[in-house]
Amino acid sequence: MLAYVFRRLLSAIPTVFIIVTIAFFMMRIAPGGPFDLERPLDPLIMENINRAYNLDKPIWQQYLLYLGNLAQGDLGPSFTRRDFSVVDLFRTGLPVSIQLGAMALSLALVIGTFLGALAALRQNSWVDYMVVGTATLGITIPPFVIAPVLSLFFGVMLGWLPAGGWGGGQLRYLILPVATLALPQIAIIARLTRGATIEALRSNHVRTARAYGLPQRVVVGTHALRAAMLPVVSYLGPTAAALLTGSVVVETIFGIPGIGRYFVQGALGRDYTLVMGTVIVIAMFVIVFNLIVDILYAWLDPRVRYD
Amino acid sequence: MTDISLETDVLENGQGRSLWQDAWSRLKRNKAAIVSMLVLAAMALIGIFGPMFSPHPYDRIYPQYVRAPASFEAYPRADNILPAFESALARARVDIGEVTVEGSQARAAISDDEPIDERITRYVDRSDLFSNARIENLSADGMTGEMVADVQRLRFLFGTDANGRDVLTRTMIGIRISLAIGLLASMMALLLGVTYGAVSGYLGGRVDNVMMRFVDILYSLPFIFFVILLVVFFGRSFVLIFIAIGCTEWLDMARIVRGQTLTIKRQEYVEAAQAMGVTSWGILRRHVIPNTLGPVIVFVTLLVPKAILLESLLSFLGLGVQPPLTSLGLLISDGAANMRGASWLLIYPAITLTIILFALNFLGDGLRDALDPKDR
Amino acid sequence: MLRNLLNTTMLASAMTMTASLPMPAFAQDGEVVYNRGNDTDPSTLDHHLTSTVAEGHLMRDLYEGLVVQDATAEIVPGVAEEWEMSEDGTVYTFHLREDAKWSNGDPVTANDFVFAYRRLQDPETAAPYANIHYPIKNAEAINNSEMDPEELGVVAIDDRTLEITLEGPTPYFLELLTHQTGLPLHQASVEEHGADYTSPDNMVTNGAYMLESFTPNDMIVMRKNPEFHDADNVAIDVVNYIPFEDRATCLRRFEADEVLSCSDIPLEQMDYMEENLADSMRIVPYLGTYYLPVKTTKEELSDPRVRQAMSMAIDREFLAEEIWQGAMVPTHSFVPEGIGNYGEPAVLPYAEDDMLDREDAAIALLEEAGFGEGELSVELRYNTSENNANTMTAIADMLGNIGINATTVEMEGATYFDYLRSDGEFDVVRAGWIGDYSDPQNFLFLHESDNLGFNYSRWENEEYDQLMSDAESETDLDARAEILKQAETLLLEEVPVIPILYYTANSLVSDKLVGWEDNIMNVHGTRWMSISQ
Repeated sequence: MLAYVFRRLLSAIPTVFIIVTIAFFMMRIAPGGPFDLERPLDPLIMENINRAYNLDKPIWQQYLLYLGNLAQGDLGPSFTRRDFSVVDLFRTGLPVSIQLGAMALSLALVIGTFLGALAALRQNSWVDYMVVGTATLGITIPPFVIAPVLSLFFGVMLGWLPAGGWGGGQLRYLILPVATLALPQIAIIARLTRGATIEALRSNHVRTARAYGLPQRVVVGTHALRAAMLPVVSYLGPTAAALLTGSVVVETIFGIPGIGRYFVQGALGRDYTLVMGTVIVIAMFVIVFNLIVDILYAWLDPRVRYD
Repeated sequence: MTDISLETDVLENGQGRSLWQDAWSRLKRNKAAIVSMLVLAAMALIGIFGPMFSPHPYDRIYPQYVRAPASFEAYPRADNILPAFESALARARVDIGEVTVEGSQARAAISDDEPIDERITRYVDRSDLFSNARIENLSADGMTGEMVADVQRLRFLFGTDANGRDVLTRTMIGIRISLAIGLLASMMALLLGVTYGAVSGYLGGRVDNVMMRFVDILYSLPFIFFVILLVVFFGRSFVLIFIAIGCTEWLDMARIVRGQTLTIKRQEYVEAAQAMGVTSWGILRRHVIPNTLGPVIVFVTLLVPKAILLESLLSFLGLGVQPPLTSLGLLISDGAANMRGASWLLIYPAITLTIILFALNFLGDGLRDALDPKDR
Repeated sequence: MLRNLLNTTMLASAMTMTASLPMPAFAQDGEVVYNRGNDTDPSTLDHHLTSTVAEGHLMRDLYEGLVVQDATAEIVPGVAEEWEMSEDGTVYTFHLREDAKWSNGDPVTANDFVFAYRRLQDPETAAPYANIHYPIKNAEAINNSEMDPEELGVVAIDDRTLEITLEGPTPYFLELLTHQTGLPLHQASVEEHGADYTSPDNMVTNGAYMLESFTPNDMIVMRKNPEFHDADNVAIDVVNYIPFEDRATCLRRFEADEVLSCSDIPLEQMDYMEENLADSMRIVPYLGTYYLPVKTTKEELSDPRVRQAMSMAIDREFLAEEIWQGAMVPTHSFVPEGIGNYGEPAVLPYAEDDMLDREDAAIALLEEAGFGEGELSVELRYNTSENNANTMTAIADMLGNIGINATTVEMEGATYFDYLRSDGEFDVVRAGWIGDYSDPQNFLFLHESDNLGFNYSRWENEEYDQLMSDAESETDLDARAEILKQAETLLLEEVPVIPILYYTANSLVSDKLVGWEDNIMNVHGTRWMSISQ
C-alpha cells in the first residue's frame, strides 16, 4: 500500500506539469489582457505596463520564466491585486476556505449519511419520503437563492446572525455560509447513501448476516453501511476538493475572504498568475483527495486491490 | 426517459432484453415513477411546443408592462385604460372631447381646427393597449369625429420581466433549453462516464492510473477559459455550451463507476466468468455495467440539476446562452436578484425547476428499483 | 425552501447562544468605527498605479494633496496653504503649510511632491493615469522615454515652496491636482521598501488616516493619523473599507446595521428601497455619460443621417425610468450638466420632441440616406451586466420601430474591452465614461481623431480636432467654454457617439452618518464625517 501511495504521489508531478502547461497556453490564447478595463489606457502607457510585467516578451519566454519561478515555489505577483504575490493571497485566503469547507463537509457527511441510512431502512415510509423530498428541494434550490434568503432572514429580519462578512472567523459569521455550502451536499449525500444502502441491504452478504441472526444494528452498522459508503466516498473525492477550495457564490454573497472567488475574478480579470495559482492549488487538492478516496476504498472493501 | 433509451443501447443482447422487459413491467407498477414520467413528458412538450402556442413571443417587449406582477386578470387594468387612451390622443395633437370606455372599446370625441388626418390613428395603435384604431362619424368638414379603438387585453400569468417580456413564455423557453442541457449532460455521463469508469476500474493497474490522472487533469483545468476560448473562436452558440458542459459533467460519473467496478470485479460471478473465458468486454457489458446501474441512476438524477445550474453560472458570466434566449437557471438567477420587489420573477421559474427535478428523482428511484439485477 | 429554513433555524439558534461578540474585530473600546462599503478592493494602494473610483475613495483618506476637496467637493487648501498663478497661467507656486506631517512624524516637504510627480511620469513606474499630468511641462515626453524624469516642470524652491510649470494655460489644473495621481509620496520609505512600501507595516501617509491592515476580499482597516495637522477635527477613529462585488449584499448588511454606507445600490430592488429606505437612498447626478459609439468607418454607418436617425429613435426617458429604475438620467448631450468651466452643454435639437414625431423624422432621414424599412441591419454589442443587457435589448426594440433590424450580442468583459480597443468590427457598442476632473475637455477629448485608445467609433473630423486644439491654447475661460461648446455641437450634429444617459452616483447613507454631502464628483472624505449614536 505504501509503495502504491508513493507511486501515486510521484505521478502527481507530471500531472501538475501537464495541467500547468495546458492552462498557461489556454489562458494566453484567450483575448484581452489584465489591463483591458472599462476605461481604456493610453496605448503608450499600455506599452509601459506590458514591459513592466514582461507581457511584451514572446509567449514561450514567458512560459519558461513562469516554470522557472514555479520550480522555486514562486507563483509570481498578482496582476489585479498588485500589493500581493499570489502566494500571499493563498496564505490569507486558503485557511478561510478550508475552515468553511471542512465545516460544511463534516456537517454534510454526518447529517447526509444519517438521513440517507434512515430513509433506506424505512424505505417507502413517511420518513423516507420526507428525506427524499427535502433532499430534492436541497438540490433544486441553487446556492445563489439559498444564500441571500438565509442572509435576509437571519441577518436582516431576525437580526440573530451577521448578514455578511467574515469577522475574523468568529463562529457566528460562519454559520450561514456553512449552512449554504452544506445544504446541497447533505441532500446529495443523503440520496447517494439511501440508494446504496437499499442496494447493500439486498446483497448476499447482508442477507447472509441476517440469516445468521445477527442483530439489525450490527448488520446495518458494519455490513450494509460500509458497502453503502462506496459511492459516497467516490463522490466525496472531487467534492471535498471543491468545497475546500472555496465557492464563488457563497464567498461573494456573504463577503468571505476565501480563495473561491479568485478563480472567477482572475479568469475574468485575466490575472494570469492568479489563475495559474488557483489551478495548481485545485489540482493538488483534486489529486490528494482522489488518492485518499482510493485508499478509503481499499479499507472499506477489502476485495479492492491496486496492483 | 433518456435513461431508458440508453439502457437498451448498453444491454442490447437477448438477456438484456428480458431484463429490460422485466424492468418495464416492474416500473409500470410504481405509480410515482409513472406520474413522474408523465410530468416530464408534459414538461418536454411544454418546452417544445408551448412557446408556439403562447400569445406572447418570448422576446416580445411590452414597454407599457415593465415588471408587471403575475396575475390571472388581464392587463390593462380598467382604471388604466382611460388615462392611457387620453395620453395617446394627446400625442395626436387634436382637441379631445368626452372619452368613454365600454367593454373592450374605447371611444373619444375629437375635433381640430383643420380637417382631421386619418393617419393620427397610428398614435393610438402604437400603444400596446389599443389596436384597430379608427375614426368614425367624421363630420362633413372633416373637423370633428370620434376615435374608436379596441382595447387589447393581455394576460401575463407569470408577470413580465425588467424589459416587459412575458415570463410564462420565457419560462417555457427556459424549460426547453434546460431540459436539453440536462439531457445532454446525462447522455455524456452515461455514454462516456460509465464506459470510461468501467474500463478504467476493470482493467486496473497502470491503465487505471493513467486514465484517472487524465480525469484529474480535466478536473483541474480552468473550465472558464476553455469556454471563453470556444466562444471566441466559434462565436457564442448553443452547441458550444453543450460541449463545454458535456465535457465536464461526465467526470464525476467516471469516478463513481470506476469505484463500483473495483468492487464488482472481485465478485465471484465475475471471477467465474473470467474462468470460463468470457472476453473483458463481455464481462463489462453483462456483469460490471448492469451492477453499477443503481448508483449510476441515482447520480444521473443529481447530475441534471448540476448541469442546469452550471449553465446559469456560464450565462451569469456572459458565456452562456445568448440573450434574448434564456434558460431556467438564468431566469432563476435573475429572479434571485429581484427577490425583493418582483418576487414573481423568482417564484415561477423556481417552481418549474423544482417540479422537473422532483419528477426526475422519483423516476430515477423507480428505474433503479426496476433495474436492480439482484432483485431479478 | 421552508424546510431548509427550519433546519437552519435550529442550528442557528443553538449557535447564537454560544457566540455574541460585537461586530468590528479590530476596534478598541470607545473608538468611533465607520464600516464603509466600497465597490471593490483596490488593485493596489500605490496611488500611481490606481485608476478607479473605489481606489480614489481610499487614497483620499490616506493622503492629502496640495489642494483637497471638502465635503461638498469644493477645492480647499490641503498641504498647500496658499498658491499663486503667473499672469499667463503657466506657472503655479504653492506654499506648503508648516505643520503638515507624515504618519511617522516627518514633515511633508515640497520635495515629496517633486519625487511623486517624477515617479508618476517615469516609464518604469508604468502608471496607467500618467496622462492626467500631461499638462505639466515635459511630462508627456518623459513618459514616452524621450526625456529624463529630472526635466519635469516641478521644482522644489525650498522645503515649503513648490513651483509647477505647465505646457500651456490649463484652467482645470487645480481640479487635476485633486485626482489621486496628484498625491505626494514619502520618498524615504518608497525607496527603502520598493514595491512593498504599500504594506501596512511600511506604508507612510500624510492624510487623515493611516493603513492598519489590508485583507483581500475582506476589508481595509484605516486608523486616524495622530500626526495629521487637522487631527483634532477628525471625528472617526477607524474606517473599515469593505469591498462589495454584490450590491445586494451591501444592501442587506446596511439594513442589518453592519455598514453605514454603500457605494452603490442594487437596481433590481429599487422599488423595495424606495418604499423602505427612501431617506437613506442618495441618487445624485454624477460626471459620467453612458453612450453608444457607432463605427463610422462602416459604409452604412458612415452617413451621419443614419446615426442621427438611430439617436432619434431611442427613447431615453424609458431607459432611465423603466430599465434603470430612475438610477440614470436621460440625456441628449454628451458633456454632463453641472460640469465646471462650461455652462449648459449643447443639446440634440429633437430633445423635447414627441417620440412618435421623432420616429417619423428618423424614418424620413433613413429614407433620405437610402434605407427603406428593413434594409438596414445593425448589431448592438455590450459587455456582460444585467442592465447593459436590458438596455441594449430595449434599444434594439426601439430601432425596430424605425425599420432597422437590430440584434444584440453579449460579450464577456475583458474580451469586450480588448475588442473595442483593437478596433473590432462592431456596428454599435455601449461605453461609459466617468470624468476624472470637472472640465468638458475631459469628455470631449475622447473623440479626437488621434485618440485611438478612446475613439471607438474611429470618427475623424478635422474641424473638431481644430476646435479642441484651439481650446487648449485659449486662456480666457469664457472664450474657451464657447469653443468647446462649438465642438460639442459639431459632435452632436455628426453623432459618431450617441449619448443616451448620464450616470448618477448612487449610495445608501445611514442617518447616523453625519457630514456625507451629496456632490457631483462623488467624493466623500471620511475626515469630514462623524457618527451620531
